[in-house]
Amino acid sequence: MGIEGIGASVLRKEDKRFITGKGRYTDDMVVPGMKHAVFVRSPYAHAKIVNIDTSEAEAMPGVIGILNGKQLTEDGIGNLICGWMVHSKDGSPMNMGAWRPLAQDTVRYVGDAVAIVVADTRAQARDAADLVNVEYEELPVVTGVEDALAEGAPQIHPEAKNNLIFDWVLGDEQATADAFSKAAHVVKMDIVNNRLVPNAMEPRAALGVYDAAEDHYTCWTTSQNPHVARLVMSAFYNVAPENKLRVIAPDVGGGFGSKIYIYPEEIVCLWASKRTGVPVKWNCDRTEAFLTDAHGRDHVTHAEMAFDADHHILGLKVETKANLGAYMSLFSSATPTYLYATLLSGQYNIPAIHANVKAIYTNTTPVDAYRGAGRPEATYVMERMMETAARQLGVSPPELRRKNFIRSFPHQTPVIMTYDTGDFEASLNAAMQAIDYAGFASRRAESESRGKKRGIGMSCYIEACGIAPSAAVGSLGAGVGLWESAEVRVNAVGTIEILTGSHSHGQGHETTFAQLVAERFGVGIDSVNIVHGDTDKVQMGMGTYGSRSGAVGMSAIVKALDKVEAKAKKIAAHLMEADEGDIVIENGELKVAGTDKTLPWFQMALAAYTAHNLPSGMEPGLKEGAFYDPSNFTFPAGCYICEVEVDPDTGKTEILNFVAADDFGNIINPMIVEGQVHGGLAQGIGQALLEGCHYDPQTGQLITASYMDYTMPRADDLPSFQISHQTTPCPGNPLGIKGCGEAGAIGSPPAVINAITDAIGTNGLSMPASPQKVWAALHNA
Amino acid sequence: MYETNYHRPSSVEEAVSLVGSTESGKFLSGGMSLLPAMKQRLAAPSDLVDLRHVEEMKGITVNGREVRIGGAVTHFEIKNSDEIKSVCYGLHHMASVLGDPQVRYMGTIGGSVANNDPAADYPAAMIALDATIHTSKRAVKASEFFVGLLETVLDDDEIVTAVSFTAPEISGYEKFRNPASRYAMCGVFVAKTGSTVRVGVTGAGADGVFHWDEAAQALSANFAPDAVANLSVDPGGMLSDLHGSSEYRANLVKVMAKRAVASAK
Repeated sequence: MGIEGIGASVLRKEDKRFITGKGRYTDDMVVPGMKHAVFVRSPYAHAKIVNIDTSEAEAMPGVIGILNGKQLTEDGIGNLICGWMVHSKDGSPMNMGAWRPLAQDTVRYVGDAVAIVVADTRAQARDAADLVNVEYEELPVVTGVEDALAEGAPQIHPEAKNNLIFDWVLGDEQATADAFSKAAHVVKMDIVNNRLVPNAMEPRAALGVYDAAEDHYTCWTTSQNPHVARLVMSAFYNVAPENKLRVIAPDVGGGFGSKIYIYPEEIVCLWASKRTGVPVKWNCDRTEAFLTDAHGRDHVTHAEMAFDADHHILGLKVETKANLGAYMSLFSSATPTYLYATLLSGQYNIPAIHANVKAIYTNTTPVDAYRGAGRPEATYVMERMMETAARQLGVSPPELRRKNFIRSFPHQTPVIMTYDTGDFEASLNAAMQAIDYAGFASRRAESESRGKKRGIGMSCYIEACGIAPSAAVGSLGAGVGLWESAEVRVNAVGTIEILTGSHSHGQGHETTFAQLVAERFGVGIDSVNIVHGDTDKVQMGMGTYGSRSGAVGMSAIVKALDKVEAKAKKIAAHLMEADEGDIVIENGELKVAGTDKTLPWFQMALAAYTAHNLPSGMEPGLKEGAFYDPSNFTFPAGCYICEVEVDPDTGKTEILNFVAADDFGNIINPMIVEGQVHGGLAQGIGQALLEGCHYDPQTGQLITASYMDYTMPRADDLPSFQISHQTTPCPGNPLGIKGCGEAGAIGSPPAVINAITDAIGTNGLSMPASPQKVWAALHNA
Repeated sequence: MYETNYHRPSSVEEAVSLVGSTESGKFLSGGMSLLPAMKQRLAAPSDLVDLRHVEEMKGITVNGREVRIGGAVTHFEIKNSDEIKSVCYGLHHMASVLGDPQVRYMGTIGGSVANNDPAADYPAAMIALDATIHTSKRAVKASEFFVGLLETVLDDDEIVTAVSFTAPEISGYEKFRNPASRYAMCGVFVAKTGSTVRVGVTGAGADGVFHWDEAAQALSANFAPDAVANLSVDPGGMLSDLHGSSEYRANLVKVMAKRAVASAK
């Protein structure tokens, strides 16, 4: 592998600038004449806009312009879109209501943008925004899915009767019913997956610059996928044609999905820049982030699992109500359907599955993909069911899982997916050994002697990464293809630039992607630069989400490297008068195998550009591009086990030990992978133990709108993690990698809740398992 | 934050006169509550009069068991005081678990006492220590000083210049933190001198800090964790919010009291 090649824990190249405060984020961008924007937002969860009076605000010092939805409509700016069409079981398309970038007639959640104020300084804009007098007529509010579907519930969009967006099914209903009719045991559960706020460290921001001389727009923004942003803004929002719009996502401080979507603010800043004639910058404050960043999860599920007398699973029925909030965000329809129900087979042989998902509007912040996107929800259902089933059937949780594991691959599940490879038992065994599962009883007895309640719980997850084969997702309703692009530019001195359509916002691409080149050509990673995040530099790309940048983005790089390698060998063979097939590349040199003839890498590159002596007919230069479209999803899987101790006096849970045994396929940089697992586990444990949104059901106000009430995980909430890897290389891509960015957040919540419910002897406990809730469960049991 | 004027007086007298001369000035004594409120635009004082540089409000004096702590003394200074540690374990421990390092470096005892946040730590100590709150106008017993949630007997132009108390023989403090804010969802301070025990409770009471009379009585007879085991706390008098119902807080009052007795030194 070499010291910087595949498998080496190389320190991250990008960290020097991040940890010394030298990163360059959207809010660091300054352009001449730049002014500042503040959005006027609805304080009501549901109301008619009767009138907007800006006269007092316009008279405030420094104010340049105040714009509202009426003007936006006059200028032909389009609605925000949802990019994935989902059909109801009756064949009808989803009922999507209009989402205006600035609300014109009706506001539908607290935080809905109503107007933009542009002023010389941010403080002036804020002062003026306070004086924009919006007259509202309050409408009744609904925040929960059950209430929203009820007869007579407030109607949020005219297009969606009873607030039902779609009523979608997957799987074979009859086969599932037949399976249940043969069941010896049926396990039933009601399961809630709590709503989360993403809380990226860097809040969202946008800088819109209209250049009247060129009739051209530039948008700096906090995006995980700047090319998709450009595509959507030109094709649907009519901001500008693609050739007149440059989108740049510079350093981005975390996304977790929340920065995939194209939000009202970046569109409005671009439009406002033209309308006011000044560059317009907006930087989100933390309260706005709580209110307007797309939230995650929020499912209410009833599930039933049928077993035969020998405890083999016969079938699974799942009914889920997904709260999509007030508007349909960019991928909101896919998250609770094709990214969720397709994983409901888990790691198990299940002959028949039927899932029904109802997507529902409420007067809450829009909900979309958040780290894991559907797979955490599926895993939570599966692994709470399996643990509870084991308890009800009176068998050990690992044995019930072992009995039902899928053991031969490829495996076709009843819910679309074809698992390509895996070894679920290897991860289960590794995790059980790491936590000393067998020794738990004596540890529990020791806790009891101190008046504490100890519990152990596991989760065997499987998820789908490497999203996704374009034709396959197209047939399921996706509005885009999900390939990735790469370009490898070898400079005349032999240094290398890799242009990628992936976007790094914390994942360490600048290091891992460079390691591919080090592995291939034996050049140091310092001579490799990764270029990303700018639509003027990178031709096209689909961005980073769904743990796709390894499996898809790096595969595109490999394809381009193949082409570079082939041409480099041709040049070297020509220069050294050898056969092309005898050229090998090692340690930065091209060698003729079996001889002492060598050509330094940089001399080959120089030769490509001087073009004094190239093979006949060869074009000068050394630059190759590739697009890679995956043939299948990839399927990371693993086993997590959590051991907790509950203080029965206060209900406080302490995580004593947490082990993660993951199969991510081949790994490029183990240190970075470990970091991804740690971060994912912190978020998953955060969901299970700490985090949760709470809306006031009467008013639709977000009660948990700051860190005073929203419990972010902190270092002292978490144990040191024990991590191991079991590797079955992915057969579907050239590097054999599966993806690791979301597994921690996907696999960990059920392990935590299974452990706590084991400790306190109850099955019903909802996330987050706050001290109060655990205490109440113990004392009301 | 709205624009404001900042003043740095060097005496109590100057500070009082400065605040009196402003439109809606406020004293700033660490600003660990006031500044966040201003940043949220929930408070908009025309002027801030900073008390942390008033010499006469600084310093900790311990004479035998008589303790006097200046209003501008930070939590960190109390945590760092060997004298406080040797005469009053409970207060020393409280200062060491109060907030986080930034709060301990910036926040002051005078500011905390004057603000009387229902989830603040010091009010419980002041009640249990039967402390005297010294102001720019008078000296008031703690039991009379704290009036209700965020309310005290202080006038707008009145400054907490110091607190004083007779150190108990043993004292202890235990709190249960709100999982999100890490403020006390319930904090209990116990102080014992001879056969007299006092019990201050913060974070839990619907009217703010209170003295738990029943526990004090029971502990006077038997200063042991089990002495409070059979007492009950009326949830009706407790705060209730997302993180802790009144029933849960009533339970915490008892549990934290037991633990404060157990850890008292």
